[in-house]
Amino acid sequence: MSYQFDFAALLPYWPEFVRGLWLTLQLSAMATVLGFIVGTLCAIGRADGPPAVKWAVAAYVEVIRNTPLLVQIFLVYFGIATLGIRIGANTAAVAALVVNVGAYTCEIVRAGLESVHKAQLEAADCLGLSRVQTYWHVVLRPAVERVYPALTSQYVLLMLASSITSQISAEELTAVANRVQSDTFRSFETYIVVGLLYLLLSFVVRIAFWLVGLGVFVRRRKLGTAL
Amino acid sequence: MSAVANPTRAAREDTPRSSQAGAPVVRLHDVHKSFGALKVLDGVSLDVGPGEIAAIIGQSGSGKSTALRCINALETIQQGTIHVCGHAIHDPGLDRRALRRDVGIVFQSYNLFPHLTAEQNIMLAPTCVKGMTKAQARDLARAVLSHVGLAEKAEHYPEQLSGGQQQRVAIARSLAMRPKLMLFDEVTSALDPQLTGEVLKVMENLAREGMTMILVTHEMAFARKVASKVVYMHRGRVWETGTGAMLDDPQTPELRAFIGNGL
Repeated sequence: MSYQFDFAALLPYWPEFVRGLWLTLQLSAMATVLGFIVGTLCAIGRADGPPAVKWAVAAYVEVIRNTPLLVQIFLVYFGIATLGIRIGANTAAVAALVVNVGAYTCEIVRAGLESVHKAQLEAADCLGLSRVQTYWHVVLRPAVERVYPALTSQYVLLMLASSITSQISAEELTAVANRVQSDTFRSFETYIVVGLLYLLLSFVVRIAFWLVGLGVFVRRRKLGTAL
Repeated sequence: MSAVANPTRAAREDTPRSSQAGAPVVRLHDVHKSFGALKVLDGVSLDVGPGEIAAIIGQSGSGKSTALRCINALETIQQGTIHVCGHAIHDPGLDRRALRRDVGIVFQSYNLFPHLTAEQNIMLAPTCVKGMTKAQARDLARAVLSHVGLAEKAEHYPEQLSGGQQQRVAIARSLAMRPKLMLFDEVTSALDPQLTGEVLKVMENLAREGMTMILVTHEMAFARKVASKVVYMHRGRVWETGTGAMLDDPQTPELRAFIGNGL
């Protein structure tokens, strides 16, 4: 092997890497929170909504799960522009990621909702709780708790997939890497560094999910059951 | 102590234990119910007066659980009328939430909410439905828990409790809503004899305090001892009705056979 590694060439760019890292984290965090809300509402709509809502959600989920994320990103970015609404690349990136992860979240949460026994709903009904109260207090928490590991993996994937938004010039980590390697011609070193940074980010996301889980699923914490 | 010290409301000693006294709390008249082609209730009529303890007995498939579920509007009926605490259950315009305030039900499988502690299970409905503050609801929860002998288990999760304890929490959860009528659907069927005993003791106390109760049960000894009215159901009909003594002197061959098998 004759290749001479030169990581020193990347050193002057460290503030850019940090900025990219930070933006990736921000994009992912926003897409995670919004995607979870969208996905959960869709799951409830698909499980318990009127037929038209069930049908619409099913169509949304199938379209998203059977088309490439890159195409979805372009469609959102250029589509919104065509409608005459001017939004930045970062905003479009978050919107596209939300649309994408919302569909996957919907399917995961729906599995959780279906795992809640009908007798639980009946018990809540007999105590006089409304449907909204039943969902909020009786159904949602155990449902999400049961699928939480699957959700964690999905949102780690989302964070990694956010690299694709570099294609619409969102200023996240991969976009920074693309620019740095074209400046320095040190492609191998650049992507090694970026790969390590993504590893670090994945670790951060998993830790964050673990902490949120500890806070939300009190019973697991008290009884010492692993998530 | 707070005003919730006696969660099952004051004992109604002035109420005689007889269906003749006062308007019935529950009145079923010629109730028919089918699941598809299967006729489950075939003209059931039944009155339960204030303070009465009605025990519905019968084989599996005799329609006794379905009858109880119809009383609480968990099943719709095809024919007949049901009145419960002044609510017309057969009326499509039934105000279910109003009905829920008057009737409590306990199920065979407890149906506690697994992610909530015993206390939180009990606090949920009073805060959601009656708009109590958390502090009020907690006082109430403590009171009903000590009523069923589980004051020290307030912070336990259902999975940390035995079946009998879970069922007592479920009873306490219903009592916290101060129902006028309590329904028990084979509440001891999943329990061993010792745990059954502790649950039946709680129910006996309730009976003594004057709670109107309808229970579907396989506990013949309990029915004989506590019930003011025993209802034997067979093939979707009320086959024989009487006091506990009826079990010692069955009038129909079906009940005789049932008791012969059951004891």
